[in-house]
Amino acid sequence: MASLKELKGRINSVKSTQKITKAKQMVAAAKLRRAQANAEAARPYAARLATVMGSLAGKVTVSESSPKLLAGTGKDQVHLLVVANSDKGLCGAFNSNIVKAAKLRALELKAEGKTVLFYLVGRKGRAMIRREFPNDVIAMFDTTDVREPGYAEADRIAAELVALYDAGKFDIAHLFYSKFRSALAQEPTEQQIIPVPAPTAASTGGAVDYEPEEEAILAALLPRYLKTQLFGALLENMASEQGASMTAMDNATRNAGDLINKLTIQYNRSRQAAITTELIEIIAGAEAL
Amino acid sequence: MALHFELVTPARLVRSEDVHMVVVPGTEGEFGVLEGHAPFMSTVRDGTLKIYRTEGGQPEEIEVQGGFAEVGENGLTVLAEHVEG
Repeated sequence: MASLKELKGRINSVKSTQKITKAKQMVAAAKLRRAQANAEAARPYAARLATVMGSLAGKVTVSESSPKLLAGTGKDQVHLLVVANSDKGLCGAFNSNIVKAAKLRALELKAEGKTVLFYLVGRKGRAMIRREFPNDVIAMFDTTDVREPGYAEADRIAAELVALYDAGKFDIAHLFYSKFRSALAQEPTEQQIIPVPAPTAASTGGAVDYEPEEEAILAALLPRYLKTQLFGALLENMASEQGASMTAMDNATRNAGDLINKLTIQYNRSRQAAITTELIEIIAGAEAL
Repeated sequence: MALHFELVTPARLVRSEDVHMVVVPGTEGEFGVLEGHAPFMSTVRDGTLKIYRTEGGQPEEIEVQGGFAEVGENGLTVLAEHVEG
């Protein structure tokens, strides 16, 4: 049986852990609200851009001469998996769920004899992926020095991806991130980003004038569309991270509370046992006199 | 008789209102959009967007960077990468 002092020490240590998890839970709750608002504010732009893409894609026929971002390289040998993770931990299985989805896909592709490369965004997925695929990580994007990834980051990621694509480093890119369903449910999601999946053409009745012509507009639009998708994914990820963190920390706080109760009962029991023993010793001593 | 005008950036919906006319800095020259404009699509260069709330009134000016303008049945939509202020 642990001594009283040891028990006291453990109770105190669990209490301070509980304080940390509780604080993190409240921070996550506050940040979640912000992240959700951000994700919602970004929706109109994404929706409008998708409509424009849709109406434009209906006009332009995909051919040899159309932009590579839309038509693809004509091969599907090298796959790039863009995995977006968070920079901070304390959010339950959030990061490992995303990595798990990416790993599954990677193994599947490898089994088909394809080459798989990784592009990692965020700090937390690095160790896990590098352990499994030590030679396949071609680049890592660091977001540790910004408080929350925003459009500027999406811009830089998109630029790097397009540069890699133009250099012929990969043929198809998939993006892995976590879709925000609710504070309790986040869903690891896979999405093809390059070549840009041709949106379902919405027929916009009537002739539309284009200035400059369709092809040029499409060429200008594609990188922007990619950026918007990355930005959306980053925002979804942010909201998911906070949601996961909130749930995980809520559980941790509750577990710590249970543990404290258990330890306190144990502490009181051994204290009482010690007192009883002492009393018996004193009485026995007095009777012996 | 009003033109429905929307200015959207990746971060937020900046404007959504009915105005008289908007002058957009297109890549191939500025163009003004009034109500009932034919469907039209153009890229936008960095420049000043002029919003005329009323006919002959003073325009409100907004600096936009990089983007896209679309005129459709439901008015003018400007998708800008970045908006000043």
